[in-house]
Amino acid sequence: MRELLLCPPDHYGIEYEINPWMSRARGAEAVVAKSQWQGLHKTLVSLGAKIDLIPPQPKLPDMVFTANAGLTVGRKFIPSNFRHQERAGEAPYFARWMESRGYDVLWLPENLYFEGEGDALFGGDALFCGYKFRSDIQSHRAVADMLRCLVISIELVDPRFYHLDTCFCPLPDGSAVWFPAAFDEYGQRAIRGHISDLIDVEEEEAKTFCCNAVVLGQDIVIPEGAPNLVRTLESRDYRCHQLPMSEFLKAGGACKCLMMFLPQREEVSG
Amino acid sequence: MFSETIELRGHIIDSLILPKVLDEILSRGANFKMLEVKIGERRADQSFARIEVSAPTSDALSDLILRLRQHGAEVEEKGDAQLAAAPADGIFPADFFVTTNQQTFIRIGGEEYEVRPAMMDSGIAFDRAKKQARTVRFADLRKGTEIVVGHQGVRIVPVQRVTERTDVFQFLNSMLSAERPKGAVIREIAREFEAARKTEQKVLVVAGASIIHTGAAEYLEQLINWGYIKLLFGGNAMAVYDIESTLFGTALGVNLEHAALTDSGHENHMRAINVVRSAGSIAGLVKRGTLTRGIMHACVIRGVEFLLTGSIRDDGPLPEVITDSVEAQRIMREKIDGVTLALLLGTMLHSFAVANLLPASVKTLVVDINPSAVAKLTDQQTFQALGLVTDIEPFLRELVHCLHELRAK
Repeated sequence: MRELLLCPPDHYGIEYEINPWMSRARGAEAVVAKSQWQGLHKTLVSLGAKIDLIPPQPKLPDMVFTANAGLTVGRKFIPSNFRHQERAGEAPYFARWMESRGYDVLWLPENLYFEGEGDALFGGDALFCGYKFRSDIQSHRAVADMLRCLVISIELVDPRFYHLDTCFCPLPDGSAVWFPAAFDEYGQRAIRGHISDLIDVEEEEAKTFCCNAVVLGQDIVIPEGAPNLVRTLESRDYRCHQLPMSEFLKAGGACKCLMMFLPQREEVSG
Repeated sequence: MFSETIELRGHIIDSLILPKVLDEILSRGANFKMLEVKIGERRADQSFARIEVSAPTSDALSDLILRLRQHGAEVEEKGDAQLAAAPADGIFPADFFVTTNQQTFIRIGGEEYEVRPAMMDSGIAFDRAKKQARTVRFADLRKGTEIVVGHQGVRIVPVQRVTERTDVFQFLNSMLSAERPKGAVIREIAREFEAARKTEQKVLVVAGASIIHTGAAEYLEQLINWGYIKLLFGGNAMAVYDIESTLFGTALGVNLEHAALTDSGHENHMRAINVVRSAGSIAGLVKRGTLTRGIMHACVIRGVEFLLTGSIRDDGPLPEVITDSVEAQRIMREKIDGVTLALLLGTMLHSFAVANLLPASVKTLVVDINPSAVAKLTDQQTFQALGLVTDIEPFLRELVHCLHELRAK
């Protein structure tokens, strides 16, 4: 059974603008957001996941996006160093919570930005890490040292897809869903070099954040609005669970951003 | 070129960060030199690369480094050059940096400054107000001038040895002994001269008196008249014998036609000197219509700059001769600026004096009958020097012949 960390959207709202999706003029509907989050929670429970909830904190509206709490591998937890001051306040809450659950908290040097699972996803034995908009490539090196694993650093070039989990989604059969134009030429080549079976997403569907999906074995919890990708995945025997995510898209997040795996991997091979 | 050393660490091979950084360097018109690469042995091992990045301007380099930092490049910290004030006129501070003839940069306040001109056996003065680094020699050094001491913060860029043959200088970089055929090489040199003339390069000739004795003056005169030479350095004797031969047909009394001493020939060079002195200058003698041909005549008529310097054994000397050797050296340094090709002909000490002042980037051709003179000079200008051990007359005759053929085409 997979264990996941979520944070209820009690204090969620668009209170600042730190990515192209956010606009304070276009606020999130609190009631709708709550119902969409509950829909996600219910779906994940129905798929057999064990859900842990961290208490939400006032004035930290993005704490709901727990993917950015950090990265968990085995009993090790590497907390995020947020690039934006608006989110930096979340880090101590996540770290204390993980520590209270017995995780070994490994802090990165303060000067290295790293935004956790949002920019760090395992595909096969390699940890794919995005850099430039939020995480620094220098943090990848430190993560690789801490985990003793191969880290593939990929530059993100489209500000709309500012975290790796917004444009790249590894699947358990060794393949991955991706939106190629979110990466530079070298990043594309590096991904192709390690993942031979790639499912391209067209721009119209990428904008619905369909890559921001939660993969639990053959079940994929995916924001609605990407019928072509859903068809492709279903033809590969995946079961897609499409959920409305409109209120979280206003902040540049969707299904995957709203959860963090505990852990993402039990162990890694060096 | 301005340069920084960067370091890349991590899974830079699997992530294609290393090729990306190298491509970025080249695509922005900069260049790199791999100083060190360590590839991780196991999958999880990180790799390491130390790369020297150079760009044509300081701004271009900073822009590039800024981009490379985004890809994880870390800039190796470099120390500033250390400065100390000259304790008195003509005295360098202890441990002053002694220059080579290679392109040199110093780092002050994190910025690099090129030391100009590139000249060996000098110190480096830094002017904080003008932000300029210049080579300075004993005679020009003033008390209090800030001088680079020690080696920190000084970077020397050697002239690159090329692996492909691009011209005769870079191909040979050496000396051709008396036993070797020279025709093909002289043809190549002629092509260099022709190319230099067409692109209006500054060609310097340092001429020894043996040019006149061996009867080669007419060929040098021809080169000047054809516009190949822009600057001539010589001693008092070279000019005196050139004028003597024009006025009397002898050089130090030896008839150049019959190669025999003429009656009272030993007087001729003294009379020649006297005529010039009474005319006030060589140009004055040309103006009077007394001097009608020869090397010095050609220089005056063609407006080719010449500098005559004296030595202990000189007779006269001629009015133009600079007898203060420190002053002569200073003027030579000024005039050498911009020279791209230097021809050192049959004068060992004068050639050494000039070679000491030339940057390593100047193509240098040494022609002398004395193998040890050629060897010493080509050793000094290691990178683009070509030495020919031969009598000067056949060399210049052949060069003029080749140029004549080239010009006829």
